[in-house]
Amino acid sequence: MLPFLSKRLLVALLVCVTVSALSFGLMFLSGDPAIAIAGSGGRAEDAEAIRVAYGFDRPLIVQYLDWIGSALTGDLGQSIYFNVPVTEIIGNRVGVTLTLGFVSFIVALAIAVPLGVAAALRPNGWIDRIALVIAVSGQAIPSFWLGLMTIVVFGVWYGMVPISGAESWQGYILPVIVLSYYAIPELMRITRSGMIDVLATDYVRAARAKGLPMHLVITRHALRNAILPLVSLAAVQLGQLLSGSIVIESVFALNGLGRLAWESLLRSDLPVVQAIILILSLLYVVLTTLADVLNATLDPRLRGAS
Amino acid sequence: MSEIPVETARPGLWRKMRGNTGVLIGGTLLALIVLIAILAPVLAPHDPIAQDLTRRLLPPFWHDRSVPEHLLGTDHLGRDYLSRLIYGARVSLGVGLGVILVSGAIGITLGLLAGYFGGKVDMLISFAITTRLSLPIVLVALAAVALGGASLTTLITVLGLLLWDRFAVVTRAAAQSLRHQEFITGLRAIGASRARILFLEILPNMRATILVVVSLEVANVILLEAALSFLGLGVRPPTPSWGLMISEGRDNILFDPWLIALPGSALCLLVLAVNLFGDGLRDITGPARK
Amino acid sequence: MTDMMLDIKNLQVSIPTDRGTLNAVRGVDLSISAGKTLCLVGESGCGKSLTATAIIGLLPRYAKVTTERFAMAGQDLTARTEARLAKMRGRDVAMIFQDPTSTLNPTLTIGRQLTEGVMRAERLSRKEADARAIEMLDRVGIANPAARLVQYPHGFSGGQRQRIMIASALMGRPKLLIADEPTTALDVTIQAQILALLDELQSDLGLSLLLITHDLGVVASIADEVAVMYAGRIAERAPVKDLFRAPQHPYTRGLLAAIPVPGQTPRGSELPAIPGRVPGLVGPLKGCAFRDRCSFAGEICGQDPVPGHAPAPGRFVECHKAAEVAA
Repeated sequence: MLPFLSKRLLVALLVCVTVSALSFGLMFLSGDPAIAIAGSGGRAEDAEAIRVAYGFDRPLIVQYLDWIGSALTGDLGQSIYFNVPVTEIIGNRVGVTLTLGFVSFIVALAIAVPLGVAAALRPNGWIDRIALVIAVSGQAIPSFWLGLMTIVVFGVWYGMVPISGAESWQGYILPVIVLSYYAIPELMRITRSGMIDVLATDYVRAARAKGLPMHLVITRHALRNAILPLVSLAAVQLGQLLSGSIVIESVFALNGLGRLAWESLLRSDLPVVQAIILILSLLYVVLTTLADVLNATLDPRLRGAS
Repeated sequence: MSEIPVETARPGLWRKMRGNTGVLIGGTLLALIVLIAILAPVLAPHDPIAQDLTRRLLPPFWHDRSVPEHLLGTDHLGRDYLSRLIYGARVSLGVGLGVILVSGAIGITLGLLAGYFGGKVDMLISFAITTRLSLPIVLVALAAVALGGASLTTLITVLGLLLWDRFAVVTRAAAQSLRHQEFITGLRAIGASRARILFLEILPNMRATILVVVSLEVANVILLEAALSFLGLGVRPPTPSWGLMISEGRDNILFDPWLIALPGSALCLLVLAVNLFGDGLRDITGPARK
Repeated sequence: MTDMMLDIKNLQVSIPTDRGTLNAVRGVDLSISAGKTLCLVGESGCGKSLTATAIIGLLPRYAKVTTERFAMAGQDLTARTEARLAKMRGRDVAMIFQDPTSTLNPTLTIGRQLTEGVMRAERLSRKEADARAIEMLDRVGIANPAARLVQYPHGFSGGQRQRIMIASALMGRPKLLIADEPTTALDVTIQAQILALLDELQSDLGLSLLLITHDLGVVASIADEVAVMYAGRIAERAPVKDLFRAPQHPYTRGLLAAIPVPGQTPRGSELPAIPGRVPGLVGPLKGCAFRDRCSFAGEICGQDPVPGHAPAPGRFVECHKAAEVAA
């Protein structure tokens, strides 16, 4: 397990470094970030002042090392728009995104896994048909549109739940429904196909030959093995829910990271955007690495000879 | 008698539906939408960007207040909604196609190199894939479009540069398995050049696989373009993009929900068609899996 | 029902397919006395594995199974319910399968897999169950059994895994053991060891053994009785010596073309190839299924029913031309 782990961690570390360089470099896409900040209609003197103030006149590599060095000590720079530390702004917003992402993730898993298992137990049965409809529609419906439509139907027509903001927990109901619906199809598909594969294996048949009742065969023998591919996908999905909630946050006017990134882009607050991209990327790396480790503990074959 | 549900000799429902019928339904629908996009100038009853402020927010035909010359009503600037919807298909399909050309070229080349050469080349390219996967795609695309100046060209370039990963992953795997097949070994033995082997022998052998990825990615791109345009950082007004139309309809969501419902439905239909087609293809061409 | 461990009359298994209903098992009669070994032989696709799987009740639900009489380990299961059969699995009847590399769950320890059945069925404590697992592992020749309980399957060789599977099957102290080609997936030298082990366990524990195989060498060395299966029916059934000495069905004759003698046929010798093809079993089948490949075949062989004969006590053969073949 150790060589596997250390290799996995080394790759993760390298990815982190590359990602940080990319999110740093992204800001120079427009050519001159100073002009981007000052606005294309801004005066040349303003741009020059900004260039000096933010150190854009230094060589790129120096700027990067400076940025990443501070980032390692927890300093992600100053917001140009608010003129307060980026970490402070992000700290205020991250809670909404994490809540939304995790709750949607749990809801999606709680629906997708049992449904996938039930569909696999009786392929072509009515549960399987329902699951198929959910999967096909879930993958075709754009989540921002679904969000707007739920607002129209539930919020406006029936006045049942708040349609924007996260002042109360009810404000999360619609966004969670929409986001989990987005995540369910893939999770369900992989559960279903994993389950079908595992149920056809000899060891499941052997377990039944031992006289184990079906529910034990499913929980102890089948699910445990079917879940292996699910773990990796779940990590990816959680990462996507956290980073992809940007659209949903804007639809439901939730003040999370995604909305912050969007607003910051519109007001050229580049340090904030950089920081958010970096944080989301790192989060993804951490999640997928954790998934690999979890997989290794679940599957003794990956642990090396025991 | 027994409860154990082993996959049967009968093809499963999923396979059947997403197999032949899927390809049939998806393909027909897709062909129809493509046809509409191509024939947009002929089909559209009005100029999609011509404003008529005296006829703003007319409702679609099922409404009492509707007028016959605007079958699906007008938007907040009095533009004919049906015409905008028809032209919107052009944007969705055009961006989809444009992005696929860029991302496909990048992804397929990288995948071929990684799969065929293995070793260090493979390590490097696999690392690039891992890195790319860890980037928050919507956010990076938004930032890149915002900084690069929003235009159709930027949008296509940015998405093309970002979405090559699935092409690379699939091509890499296919190239790995093809590499050791006899006809390739034979070609190497007679001294065929690497480029020839890669692009003239191996590549044509994965046509089916690549076609599947193309269709799945087109759906992905169409949804992304809509999302970016919805956020105001994709297609610029007054170009009629479905995502943009949904965004513009938001202000009138309370009283004229069809402004959102119509372009969204069009989007769903197109993505559904592409997905059905792609999944069906995958089931037909791929190994016998569910 | 006195000393019959297994008694089946007219077992039928049919499976729906795209092309129609596949009548894979078309009326099989089988019986095994207590403490005896019955070998079920036949080419692949003849329905022998389906027969075994149907007996223990593990066929997928879409397979349709009917019997005229079905008794096992002293219980009449003719009007059987899945629940009753489920109670018997692992206790009265156990099964071992072809490929030991895939029959053990890779994510559970050996100990857990051995004990989970009996802990539930006999309400044994962890300690008692472990003790029995150690006893059984020792019995099947796994060295240092106590230490093995905490290990995972991937550390074991194919032969060891099959021993573990056998130990697992013995955990519930079954009266009838069904072994579905238990050595096919193993090396030839290991095959001999596993067979010797099965043979030894069978006589030591007084097990009844239903052994499915296509290996005539195995049959010769281990069987008390042999049933030869062809296209979903029993073509011939006889005590092992009688069958090898005087086969009465043309198909058996073909199989024994070299007239091997019990004890002299080398293990691992495959069934000899008989020219021609097995008829498709989708839809109804008229007359004798073997007639296209049979050198004795004549006009009459296309007729139903194919008559069964009992040329000697304990023998059975189903053939239109039985008299001619025996002559």
